[in-house]
Amino acid sequence: MHIIQELLFVIAFGVAVYLFYRKARQIRQNILLGRDVQLNDEPAARWRNLLLLAFGQKKMFRNPLVAVLHFFVYAGFVIINVEILEIILDGIVGKHRLFAPLLGGLYPVLIGCFEILAALVLIGCAIFLVRRNIVKVKRLNQHELDGWPRSDANYILITEIVLMLLFLTMNTADQALQQHGHEHYINTGAFWVTGPFVSLFSGLSDGTLIAIERTCWWLHILGILAFLNYLPYSKHLHIILAFPNAYYADLRPKGKMENMPAVQKEVQLMLQPELAADAPAGDIPKFGAKDVPDLTWKNILDAYSCTECGRCTAACPANITGKKLSPRKIMMDTRDRAEAIGEQIAKTGSFTEDGKTLLRDHITEEELRACTSCGACVQECPVSINPLHIIMQLRRHLVMEETSAPQEWNMMFSNIENNMAPWKMSPDDRDKWAVEMNG
Amino acid sequence: MQIKTMAEYAANGETPEILFWVGCAGSFDQRAQKITKAFATILDKVGVRFAILGKEESCTGDPARRAGNEFIFQMMAQNNIAVLNGYEVKKIVTACPHCFNTLRNEYPELGGQYEVIHHTTYLQQLIDEGKVRMKEAGAFKGRKITYHDSCYLGRSNNIYEAPRKVLEALDAELVEMKRCRSNGLCCGAGGAQMFKEEEKGTTRINFERGKEAVETGAAVIASNCPFCMTMLTDGVKEQGKEDSVQVLDIAELIAQQIA
Repeated sequence: MHIIQELLFVIAFGVAVYLFYRKARQIRQNILLGRDVQLNDEPAARWRNLLLLAFGQKKMFRNPLVAVLHFFVYAGFVIINVEILEIILDGIVGKHRLFAPLLGGLYPVLIGCFEILAALVLIGCAIFLVRRNIVKVKRLNQHELDGWPRSDANYILITEIVLMLLFLTMNTADQALQQHGHEHYINTGAFWVTGPFVSLFSGLSDGTLIAIERTCWWLHILGILAFLNYLPYSKHLHIILAFPNAYYADLRPKGKMENMPAVQKEVQLMLQPELAADAPAGDIPKFGAKDVPDLTWKNILDAYSCTECGRCTAACPANITGKKLSPRKIMMDTRDRAEAIGEQIAKTGSFTEDGKTLLRDHITEEELRACTSCGACVQECPVSINPLHIIMQLRRHLVMEETSAPQEWNMMFSNIENNMAPWKMSPDDRDKWAVEMNG
Repeated sequence: MQIKTMAEYAANGETPEILFWVGCAGSFDQRAQKITKAFATILDKVGVRFAILGKEESCTGDPARRAGNEFIFQMMAQNNIAVLNGYEVKKIVTACPHCFNTLRNEYPELGGQYEVIHHTTYLQQLIDEGKVRMKEAGAFKGRKITYHDSCYLGRSNNIYEAPRKVLEALDAELVEMKRCRSNGLCCGAGGAQMFKEEEKGTTRINFERGKEAVETGAAVIASNCPFCMTMLTDGVKEQGKEDSVQVLDIAELIAQQIA
């Protein structure tokens, strides 16, 4: 009997890890669809961001109450993994509570801590469900979340609650069996959270208790393995990608736009034609971004790191005043499009035009034109996502590849070109104010 | 007052302490010209030897770049850098946070390396050095002033304290809007929005910000950007408060109260 359980466990574990690996590799390929950018400079500053923003969740604390609840769920997730290690080892070798004899008196303390965390995760997730579905916090109920994204969020919270309940029930049954003196269930003493609940189970027979304990054990670990494989399809992937995303965050001042060396060179040759003789004729570069492969790999990593919390959108002046732009939607669209391209490559081996692009099929000109480049979305994102960078690259495509701009912008461009100012003013009047002051 | 250009300084074989980069709004916009004049008055009063580029100054290219037109940006940037490097300019002060951001963050990789300072930071330095002193019985003493963080000074360049320190020198009561500092709400002009009609929405961004500013009960809204100035002035008007609430640049406040 035991050997079958062990075998089943090893198979389930192996399949889960393999499936996760396969999907993770697919996502890595999708991210690498983007053009290359070097983001390895200043490692000290990058490690600092990783520690403060990802591990420390610094930006979450702009809203302390939610931050504390989220921190419980996060700490619970990270720390309870130690317990999952024991569960996995137990599963493989067919032992029960492998660490108990090794840790002695420390063991119930450790499990006690896990139980407290489990309870806090449970409470946190319950409050988050209420915020989403009953209180209906605005940023958690906006348009772009209709359908799958809203369900996704609820599935995640419900799954976490169920997993924690299974874990706590398992421990309760375990202690009841310990009290019955069942030899397989080594005595660990009472656990902190579930200890007082053991009396609820004391009337049950050993057989029933073992059935409860085993069922919970199996559902808990299978649930975790299933959840692992759910992550890559879900916004919940941020629990992994928040870390690399913080490391690769742009370190330059937020106001700085990415330079376009190809345009720089072209203008240089125009202004100084004498340099042209030495300049090799290059390929005609693409200007800006029309589709996901035109973006940088960091933009796509951003999209996969987004957990759709909507702090960006809640701070976006355009969105606040009812415009169509939502920085969160920019990230969701980018991920959807990256997935679609990735699927096509998986099926046919390469990406060929499928008649769709990120621009227009996902993100409209109206959205792009509503952006004030204020940087609030970049500022707010707890996991270092930069929606503004994507918006600006799409704008560059519109103007430079399609000469698509509002009439007023075209006038502004020609004014700058002809009068060196965005308005129709004579360059000779530029110092008129000074002449007036000089009297 | 005698405001001299870089060309005039160069002709005399002299070098000014700073170049005052006026910017297009400061040069051409009637309201912003007052900010330019206020700042020039302060510099003159303090005895800072400053120059302007005059007719040789061009748009930095900021609105074109943010609208998506990199060609126009590069043309402006490379021309400006050639002019600035030609005069061997070292230190630039500007009263426009958009020019400030472009000169400071975007020109270096194109070959234009200068020390670039926003006028609010420069004013703070002058106050700290004791070069700018306020009148004893200041007109703003005890009055409520609220300060609007421009995006290109605040979030873009993390300058939040200098303008507030300058306002403290007025002995006014600084009241913050709910959305301030890194959380500040845009005026609606950035990203080349200044030069086009707003997209369709439920309200205008400057109306939203104007309302928030007026609700602080402040008599003065202090700004640091000529574009915010335009937007907030309209926002205050929309609230029907143009008679009781003034929108003033920090340079104008100091110019009024300098001893």
